[in-house]
Amino acid sequence: MSTKNVKEIVEFCQAIFEDINFTKAREWKEAVPGRKVIGYMPVYVPREIIHAAGMLPLGILGGGADMEVIHGDAYYQSYICRIPRSTIELAITGRLDFVDGMMFPSICDVIRNLSGIWQLLFKDKYVRYFDTPQNFDDNVGGIFYGNELRELKEGLSKLGGREIRDADIRRSIAIYNENRLMVNKVYDYRSNAPWKAPSAEVYLLMRAGMVLPPEEHTRLMQEYLAAAETENRSRRDNCRVVLTGAFCEQPPLPLIKSLEMAGCYIVDDDFMLVNRWILGEVSTSGDPIANLASAFLHHSAQTAAKYEVDMKEKGSYLLDIIRKRRADGVIFAAPSFCDPALLDQPMMVSRLEALKIPYITMQYAENSGQMQPIREQAGTFADSIKLWGAP
Amino acid sequence: MSKPEVVKSNSQIVQKEMIRRNYDKITSGRVKVSSTFVPGNLNELLMCFDIANNLPEINAIQNAMSKKSGEMITEAERSGHSEDVCTYVKADIGMMAKGNIAPNGKPFPSPDMLLLSYTGCFTFLKWFELLREQYKCPTVMLHVPYAADGHPTKNMRDYIVKQLREEVIPAMEKISGIKFDIDRLREYLRKSAKAEDDLVWMLEQSKRKPSPIDCYFGGVYYMGPIFTAFRGTDEAIDYYKLLRGEIEERIKLGLCAQTPEGEMPEEKYRLVVEGPPNWTSFRDFWQMFYEAGAVVVASSYTKVGGVYDYDNFRHDPDQPLESLAEYCLGVYTNRNLPTRVDMLARNVVEYEADGLLINSIKSCNSFSAGQLVIMREVEKLTGKPGAFIETDLVDPRYFSAANVKNRLESYFQMIDQKRRAGGSAALAA
Ligand code: SF4
Ligand code: SF4
Repeated sequence: MSTKNVKEIVEFCQAIFEDINFTKAREWKEAVPGRKVIGYMPVYVPREIIHAAGMLPLGILGGGADMEVIHGDAYYQSYICRIPRSTIELAITGRLDFVDGMMFPSICDVIRNLSGIWQLLFKDKYVRYFDTPQNFDDNVGGIFYGNELRELKEGLSKLGGREIRDADIRRSIAIYNENRLMVNKVYDYRSNAPWKAPSAEVYLLMRAGMVLPPEEHTRLMQEYLAAAETENRSRRDNCRVVLTGAFCEQPPLPLIKSLEMAGCYIVDDDFMLVNRWILGEVSTSGDPIANLASAFLHHSAQTAAKYEVDMKEKGSYLLDIIRKRRADGVIFAAPSFCDPALLDQPMMVSRLEALKIPYITMQYAENSGQMQPIREQAGTFADSIKLWGAP
Repeated sequence: MSKPEVVKSNSQIVQKEMIRRNYDKITSGRVKVSSTFVPGNLNELLMCFDIANNLPEINAIQNAMSKKSGEMITEAERSGHSEDVCTYVKADIGMMAKGNIAPNGKPFPSPDMLLLSYTGCFTFLKWFELLREQYKCPTVMLHVPYAADGHPTKNMRDYIVKQLREEVIPAMEKISGIKFDIDRLREYLRKSAKAEDDLVWMLEQSKRKPSPIDCYFGGVYYMGPIFTAFRGTDEAIDYYKLLRGEIEERIKLGLCAQTPEGEMPEEKYRLVVEGPPNWTSFRDFWQMFYEAGAVVVASSYTKVGGVYDYDNFRHDPDQPLESLAEYCLGVYTNRNLPTRVDMLARNVVEYEADGLLINSIKSCNSFSAGQLVIMREVEKLTGKPGAFIETDLVDPRYFSAANVKNRLESYFQMIDQKRRAGGSAALAA
């Protein structure tokens, strides 16, 4: 067991987070000739298949707060969120030149159309818009999804020049099962003692998982948990909140820090949902494609990009989390102009109102600079919860 | 100054009458009603169950044209809907809050089903989840995958057909109490194809010089019956026959496109337009074109319900469910950007247009995200200049007449310059 302390681990993650040249991923690729890197955008792609192809899945979550977007604005109108323009900026400034292919999940029309922009501008790259089913019957959506997974497998196998065997996928499923288990342990740990694992640290730890191979990320999380336990950190009189709506374009790190400083411990969130999209283990025996499909259909997180067949179940995922994490309230934090988050919000709000669960709403962009209003809003929210108590 | 009275052709009067009749049917209380979306709609299938087809986009358009949508949108925003999302959704929700009155003045009944045909637009998914909260009626999802590689795959087709067989049709049977009869569907599809032939003929007449029709502002009227509740009926066949006759007459007389103020005296500019029109100032918007002598010879908006001319799609009675699947998959916004670029560039070339104008709609990421790239690609492929304007669908706050007019005037000047120079395209900002 390593003896790294929290500071070292967090600095390591912070460096990965700030590095918009993705040096770690470049190094991984250069270490062995022929290696390939596949970028993917939020919210979910089956990374197991990419991993099974011997490739590195690289999460691309936009350019962040500090990257200057110079060309990106020539690609997008002012009323479109920021993540596609900063992602284009990353690509046209050569920062993604080492990325062999890009995957665009079916989360919204902006990401969907970004796949077409990639097809037009980067003709030499593998581009895959990855559709997941909105029908959750094994014989209907399940068959469709299984075939989509097989098509992905064939595409990657062609790109990599090697066959992807079932055994490879099973192995990758096991590796991601382990990774997910550890992600959930970190989330549980933070929820139990949020003062020991501040959200900004947990966030950076998860961001590192967007770049590092999963095996390495799992080890890093283990180290973090061990190190965090030895830290002596003081507990603050904060309220406990679930943050939701931030599953795609990411808020700037100061926003996450501001919320905690203003008196709100984030005890759960939907950042980088790809890490926790599948709930529980995916079976490692039998047909691995069928297992991934079944996990998606029956054991995956409920989020705005997914249709909820049963109206009564709408919002149940959020409500379960609130209960499980003993949260006092919810912060809806959505990127400006984000259709999935903003269209879903009134429905979620109505569920909370019915149960008198306090909430606030806020909007951000990945490069939002002014944190004072956020701090004030969150501070007032925390005070009101403390004053009036949770329901 | 009041505007001169609108000059209407026979077909326009008939078309208006058809839309009115559909509203009377929906609000009669005597039929089952399904709400569903325009793109790739399943009108023929709904007809097999005697279910009337209520299209919320059309309601929003009607409310915008009668200047009511602004208040409705504000109402929805007051109740917690974000300023940033599609105004069709907010106009619909605001309309409900204001008594849910149909354009014929009668209240809309609560729908018996929400047919969530999820085709070409993410917002649809949320829109009907939101309506379901109000109506609490059966909601049936038909997920149409995105044709991301430019051509639908067998997996996509099979998935749609399976959903139709196992989810959509059984739900419609249950709601209507009518058993599905595939021969009835075949008959409707046969009629659809007949009307579609005349429709494509009509679209192609604007290749002529001068063009006898405007395929954007005029086009939205011409597309009405096929994209709403009439595809598959004799009425639609008759309407397109009548329209065809009128256009043939215009061609014979050598007339330019018809406008609300009569024939356009001279055709100076020929444009291809990408994106939906603005509805709150529809007539003012149109006027800016016809007053300058600009006619739209082709537009992507006339493909919003389904695409017939690009790859020659017709509904096929011999493959009824497969053909419905194909129709949904082929919807313009369900096609990837390279295909949209190819379609528009071909339009510019084949219709001998002066260039591509994009009307970028704030509400609509499905159309708008990527349009700046589309414009540059079409410019590259055709050597013709493009231009970009920004408006909204049904939100009057986002139509700035002065800005739009300025932009258009500079665009027309640019076209003039290019003609004089006879050289290569100037790139529009
Ligand atoms: S932030 Fe929202 S709207 Fe923008 S790309 Fe992501 S999901 Fe789509
Ligand atoms: S986003 Fe566009 S396609 Fe979707 S409902 Fe709104 S206007 Fe229609």
